[in-house]
Amino acid sequence: MVDFRISEEHEALRKTVEQFAREEVAPVIGDFYEREEFPYEIVAKMGQMGLFGLPYPEEHGGMGGDYFALCLALEELARVDSSVAVTLEAGVSLGSMPIYRFGTREQQERWLPQLCAGTALAGFGLTEPGGGSDAGATRTTARLDGDEWVINGSKCFITNSGTDITQAVTVTAVTGQTPEGRKEISSIIVPSGTPGFTVSRKYSKVGWNASDTHELSFSDCRVPAANLLGERGRGYAQFLRILDEGRIAIAALGVGLAQGCVDECLRYVQEREAFGHKIGTYQAIQFKIADMEARVHTARLAYYQAAALMLRGEPFKKESAIAKLVSSNAAMDNSREATQIFGGYGFMNEYPVGRFYRDAKILEIGEGTSEVQRMLIARHLGL
Amino acid sequence: MNIVVLVKQVPDTYSERKLADADHTLDRDSADAVLDEINERAVEEALQLQATHGGEVTVVCVGPDRATDAIRKALSMGADKAVHVSDAALHGSDAIATAKVLAKAVGTVEGVDLVLAGNEATDGRVGALPAMVAELLGLPALTHARKVEVDGSTVKVERETDEGVFFLEASLPAVISVNEKINEPRYPSFKGIMAAKKKPVSTLAIGDLGVDAGEVGLGGSWTQVTEAAPKPPRAAGQRVEDEGDGGVKVAEYLVGQKLI
Ligand SMILES: Cc1cc2nc3c(=O)[nH]c(=O)nc-3n(C[C@H](O)[C@H](O)[C@H](O)COP(=O)(O)OP(=O)(O)OC[C@H]3O[C@@H](n4cnc5c(N)ncnc54)[C@H](O)[C@@H]3O)c2cc1C
Repeated sequence: MVDFRISEEHEALRKTVEQFAREEVAPVIGDFYEREEFPYEIVAKMGQMGLFGLPYPEEHGGMGGDYFALCLALEELARVDSSVAVTLEAGVSLGSMPIYRFGTREQQERWLPQLCAGTALAGFGLTEPGGGSDAGATRTTARLDGDEWVINGSKCFITNSGTDITQAVTVTAVTGQTPEGRKEISSIIVPSGTPGFTVSRKYSKVGWNASDTHELSFSDCRVPAANLLGERGRGYAQFLRILDEGRIAIAALGVGLAQGCVDECLRYVQEREAFGHKIGTYQAIQFKIADMEARVHTARLAYYQAAALMLRGEPFKKESAIAKLVSSNAAMDNSREATQIFGGYGFMNEYPVGRFYRDAKILEIGEGTSEVQRMLIARHLGL
Repeated sequence: MNIVVLVKQVPDTYSERKLADADHTLDRDSADAVLDEINERAVEEALQLQATHGGEVTVVCVGPDRATDAIRKALSMGADKAVHVSDAALHGSDAIATAKVLAKAVGTVEGVDLVLAGNEATDGRVGALPAMVAELLGLPALTHARKVEVDGSTVKVERETDEGVFFLEASLPAVISVNEKINEPRYPSFKGIMAAKKKPVSTLAIGDLGVDAGEVGLGGSWTQVTEAAPKPPRAAGQRVEDEGDGGVKVAEYLVGQKLI
């Protein structure tokens, strides 16, 4: 039979991260968000707790956990704040995971210990100013010149690419043509500070304001040939795999945000009065919260199940697309309703629900837009 | 250096805490139970001392079966093993009765150099237990420590109370209780959580410790709670309309309350 109970250890981890988010993140994150400042202290503490090493074996400095453990941590962080959650999400599923999955022994030994410890971050540069959804249309190029790759082009919206502790960005680039005449795409690790690799000023964003996002440009940027990640020409397949599993992580993040809306509203409606009664006694408010709870619940089951399939080694592409679609919808709907329930206070930055509202929108865009998720689902239905 | 940390499971201060109507003991089902925050600091201090001086850290807990969660937390932070005394006869034990059991339980751990505890639990708030345990074990008691340093067979402690800071020194073994300022406890890692599952926990009944049921529990306790009432809800504040004399009115109020 299906059994959605989570193990004692996973539950203990969930509780630990819940406590961490409540004690260490909630009291200070609003200020970081207002100042659009990257919360180095919080990230360092997350590193000490081992969150960046959750899904990796101990030999790489990891915690010996699994991807589901990472998802639970993301959900609990996002219940309180999405900027720190996405810093962890991108740090692991885009930063270290490609190196863990596809890197050589030397690459793993060079990068993973500090990435697992959270003392360093890495990014993954796929999206370009010319387009993200059609990632195969990459225009950035890398040409082999002796024992070096020479990279030219630009990437945009790259998470964790410009912090003080960022050590590398893995970028996709066209390295030639396939025998069928298509673009041959490969992934290459570019260490931060390499001449010719410029990190532009950070963006001014609608949400995720305490997270780090930059445009990157490469102008005759030279890195050793040995920085090729995995095999030449495997770049397309690699990032599809990374995005498929990353969607489960983003779904967990969306569930956390949607749950955070329920948490905040439950407290507020039992205190706030209008027309002589607590607003929580009005059925119109109760029904909103009931719908919010139903959305979180369904979205959570969707990502639990997608993660379970993935960990069992079974196909999970359709399920991860569904989880991400459902969860980002839940985050959008719940944050809109939560803001409504908070009335004017909902529109004030000092209340978390306003922050949730601003942070929800990106979940329908990043790591594959909702349209892309629907395309994937439809494709799996044979359309 | 072998260290014993006395830990207690308490209702989470974030949840609503209630007393049972019948005997004024804690209604344990009404709130989430967690490892007391002050005990997390005691465990952290033990782990830091262990990192420098080696040895083993053992947690000792007197509490119902579900206190295993608090014990697990201490083990997942890094403690090596645990002794859990759980017995229905203990229900309602006061501080002295609990101290007797704890002292006996500490006695089951070999070669103890140091006993660490929190200075006061967030639920009962008696704050006398570490001193009682020290008395029963015949060891020096250094309470309210904000700093602990071990040098060979002596321990130096900065004791901080409302009166000021005292610099104490004692020879080991000793009992030390720590205050809120001692350190920032670590959050357990997933590796720690998984390792905790395999660490030894010996569960004992009071009979195993040679304690008689008549010495503990509601009946065997020297103190009894005869009455308990919930804290009255906070009264609405007094409103002062400022008609140019607001400052004076506020000052008068504060004088009336003997606050200035
Ligand atoms: C804060 C933030 C962080 C990010 N972090 C990273 C990162 O770390 N690494 C990285 O590589 N990228 C990152 N991204 C980029 C993100 O993944 C892309 O923005 C996203 O994939 C969409 O690409 P695009 O912006 O180019 O939109 P486009 O691809 O131009 O799409 C525009 C619109 O057209 C729709 N559309 C496109 N094709 C179709 C179609 N065939 N049918 C129907 N509709 C279609 C899309 O759904 C969308 O609504 C980040 C973005 C943001 C905002």
